[in-house]
Formats: sequence, C-alpha cells, structure tokens
Amino acid sequence: MSGSSPLALPEGLRDLEPVRSIRAPARLVYTFTAGEATSRFLRGIASKKILGERCPVCGKVMLPPRGSCPTDGVPTSEQVELADRGIVTTFCVVNVKFSGSAMELPYVCASVLPDGADMGLFGLVQEVPFDQIRMGMRVEAVWVDDDELQPNLASIKWWRPTGEPDAPYESYREHV
Amino acid sequence: MRDVAVVAFAQSHHMRREQRRNEVEMLMPVLHQVKTEVGLDQSQIDFTCSGSTDYLAGAAFSFVMTLDGVGASPPISESHVEMDGAWAFYEAWVKIQTGVADTALVYAYGKASPGSLRDVLSRQLDPYYVAPLWPDSVALAALQARACIEAGVTSVGEMAGIAARSRRAAADNPFAQLQGSDDPDVLLKEPEIAAPLRRHDCPPIGDGAAAMILAAGDRARELVDRPAWIRGIDHRIEAHGLGVRDLASSPSTRLAGEHAGIGDGPIDVAELHAPFSHQEVLLRDALGLGDDVALNPSGGPLAANPIMAAGLIRIGEAASRIRLGEAQRAVAHATSGPCLQQNLVCVLEGDT
Repeated sequence: MSGSSPLALPEGLRDLEPVRSIRAPARLVYTFTAGEATSRFLRGIASKKILGERCPVCGKVMLPPRGSCPTDGVPTSEQVELADRGIVTTFCVVNVKFSGSAMELPYVCASVLPDGADMGLFGLVQEVPFDQIRMGMRVEAVWVDDDELQPNLASIKWWRPTGEPDAPYESYREHV
Repeated sequence: MRDVAVVAFAQSHHMRREQRRNEVEMLMPVLHQVKTEVGLDQSQIDFTCSGSTDYLAGAAFSFVMTLDGVGASPPISESHVEMDGAWAFYEAWVKIQTGVADTALVYAYGKASPGSLRDVLSRQLDPYYVAPLWPDSVALAALQARACIEAGVTSVGEMAGIAARSRRAAADNPFAQLQGSDDPDVLLKEPEIAAPLRRHDCPPIGDGAAAMILAAGDRARELVDRPAWIRGIDHRIEAHGLGVRDLASSPSTRLAGEHAGIGDGPIDVAELHAPFSHQEVLLRDALGLGDDVALNPSGGPLAANPIMAAGLIRIGEAASRIRLGEAQRAVAHATSGPCLQQNLVCVLEGDT
C-alpha cells in the first residue's frame, strides 16, 4: 500500500526470512455407522446376495438401501433379493492412475442396474476390451472366492458381459 | 413484520452412541412426528432448512444424505446451514418474513459418536495460530471458566449448583441423556478433569435430532390452538481469536438479547444453550434474567447436548412451555463456536 508506513518489526526479527507457509497436519478418525438398512444389505453381500429395499409409497427398489426413500422420505423395510446381473446404464473410461490403485489403464467404471432394482451400483467392468463396453450391455457379477467374502462391495470383484443382447434404451432411460 | 410461530416440535431420545441407526434413520422419526402433529405433508411446507456439520460424519455434503428423509420430490425449496439448527430456524423465519413462504420445516441433527468430538471441534478454530495446537473443547471451556472465576463472575460452588439443578430438572424430561445428580457438595469432591472444570460442569456427548414447524399468522392459528409466537430474534458474533475476547462476559449475547426485546416484558422461562455450567451464569447476566425466571427446566445442555441440534432444542423447549400454557413469555438462546463465540436469542410469547 503506497502512502502507509511499513510495519516496524522488533530489531531481532528484521533480518529473518518471512514465514510464507506453515504445515498443520490434521487427522481425525471416524467409526462409520452403516445403519439398519445398509447393514442388512452388507450382510447380504457377505453371502453373495444383493438385497435392495422397496419404498412402501412409490414401490421403487433402493440400492444400496440407506434407510429411506429419497423421493418420499419414508423408511424402506421390505427386502427384495435382486439378480446379480443387470445392465450397464452409464460408464466412464478411466485414464488416470490413482494412488494405491493397481488397475491397469485404461479401465472402465460403470453404473450397473441389477435386474429388479431402481438404482444402480458402481463397479468395474472387466473381461472385455474397454472400447467394447457400451450403455445397455448386459453384465453379471464376478464374486470373490467364498472364503474371501466380506460385508462390503469389494466382494464383487467386477462385472463381466453375459453375451445376452443389449437392453433397449427405454428399459433403463430413467437410470442414466 | 409478519407474525411467525412455532407450531410443532419433536426431538429424539438423546444417547451417547446411536450405533444401530445412521443419520437419516435417526432423523426420520422426528421429521414424521412434527408433520403428523400439524397434519402437513411435505408438499404443504413452503420452505425446508436444516443445520448440521460434515465434520461429525467425516463426509462431505453429508446433509444431502439426511435430506433423503424429507421427501424432496417434487423438488422443494430447501437450504442448509453448517451451523446449529437454531440458525436454520433464523433463516426460515427470514424466509417467511420475505413473504415467499407461510410454512417452514426446520431440522437439525448431530451424531457425534463416530468421531472424537473434543478433537473435531478444534477444527473450527483459527487455522494458523490455534487449531495446529489441537486445544480440545473442554480445555477451552476451562480457560473461560477460569477467567470467570478470577473475574468474580461465578464460583465452582455456584457451577456445581447449576449442574445439580439442571440434571435434577431433567428427571422430568424423557428425552434427556443424563437425569438426576448428587448434591453439589458431593460433586465438588470429584477430581477436576480440566481445571477448574469437573465432570459435572461439562455436557454429555451424544447423538440426537430435532425438528420443528413454523407457520405465519392465520396459518399458524389454523394448525394449532396456541402457537408460540416469535416476538423477537437476533444473533451476534464475537471475534474468532480467543485472545482478543473478554471470556468473562458475553457482549454478543447482551446485544442479541436487547435486539430481540427481552426487556419488553417479564420472562417466565429461559432455555439457555450453556453447554458448560459457568456459561449459564454468563448468559443469565448478559440477558438480565432475574431469580424469578425458570432456567432450563428441561435440564438444558448439561442433560443433553446433541451438537448442532442442542440450540434448536432450546427454542423447541421454550416454545413447548408456551404451547402447553405453562409459560406466557419465554426466551431461548443458542450458541455456536468456542466459548460462546456466537449467540442467538429468541423471545417467544403465547396469545393472551
């Protein structure tokens, strides 16, 4: 600022290099509460079952269930066992390596709508060249070995094409 | 100014750890309860506003997950404050004043149990000079209590009396987390945990939620027999730097109280958001509340302090006393930030 007098530092500080930045590391540890509905879903995953939950008002099947229907604001309680196969509704080709990821580039991350569900699950699509993956492609879950099953989505290694004809766009247009 | 009233209020049974339900599962029952109480569904509510903080869940935009409990379709007019729900209440009041809304749903929730609250709260401090030192929330409150004792504002004996009175009052509050207390002289034999604070001087850490419905003028009269009218509301803030404040007084509370019109008539009941016992003395003095005012008949935050909801609960408790005809004129106070940094005061009245 022109015209203002410079800040007068004490003698002993005048020749020191100014502080331009500080490091202030912060770490907080949390114990996540999955909740009742998500716990039911995760227990299902540990036994190779995909369990959605139906809204009593609109009838849609939430996946993964988080306890409420986001449209109607009411609890979901009726469990619905879904097929471990479905439709790629949308996807992206990942060309950037994330730290800690062992995935070979490029690979495809997709939203998969299991048959009978009204919401998709995110997962990898493998066992097919990345440039052949498309919206509407029919896929099935590839689970980890039974002794490696855990109550989390890492239990589904990836999804792979079933070879069935592609689903028509109209059948999943609300989920894109 | 439009007349705006609290017409419904609900809160959860506050507990140390809600390990069964997630945030939206914990919140939904109170949302449904207030709507059912006045017979409104979400399509009849003109504005929805919530208060919560991502730092409790440790997840960005965590409030979006709890919006799933509202029923936000077809799309609703909605807002969120990263503050106690009392400030969401303020925003809803302003929204109704603008004339674009006649009814509003306000809710707040805090699930402190996933993390270490005393450390989490240190993240709201000055990021250069204070936060890197990780002073926890109890230690900072103890600094303030020490300043208050040395300034002659209060004493450890008075503080123990406040703690005992609050938790005994909570025996009548089915939602309280702590109920009942030993006598003050017994409490004073306990060791200090952050001198001069003892365990009884500190609020319980807990998980909980609250919801409220506001309505303007005739709409409020249609919905309930005895609305709790908001006669004045104001909030003021002090400096972020603890070192530039006089911790032994609360000028922001005094100013907010004056602007909310506390002095315009007698007060029957005050619900003060004083999480630490000495803070009740600061607030009582700043608001000019005499011995004839019933302080925190619910037990106050020393009995249940679900963070981000405890301020809104003060307003709800004060409004409930009016709605039930137990009080004619009440004051509710909410605080935010370390050592009563920010303060909101609301004056509520019943029809005469």
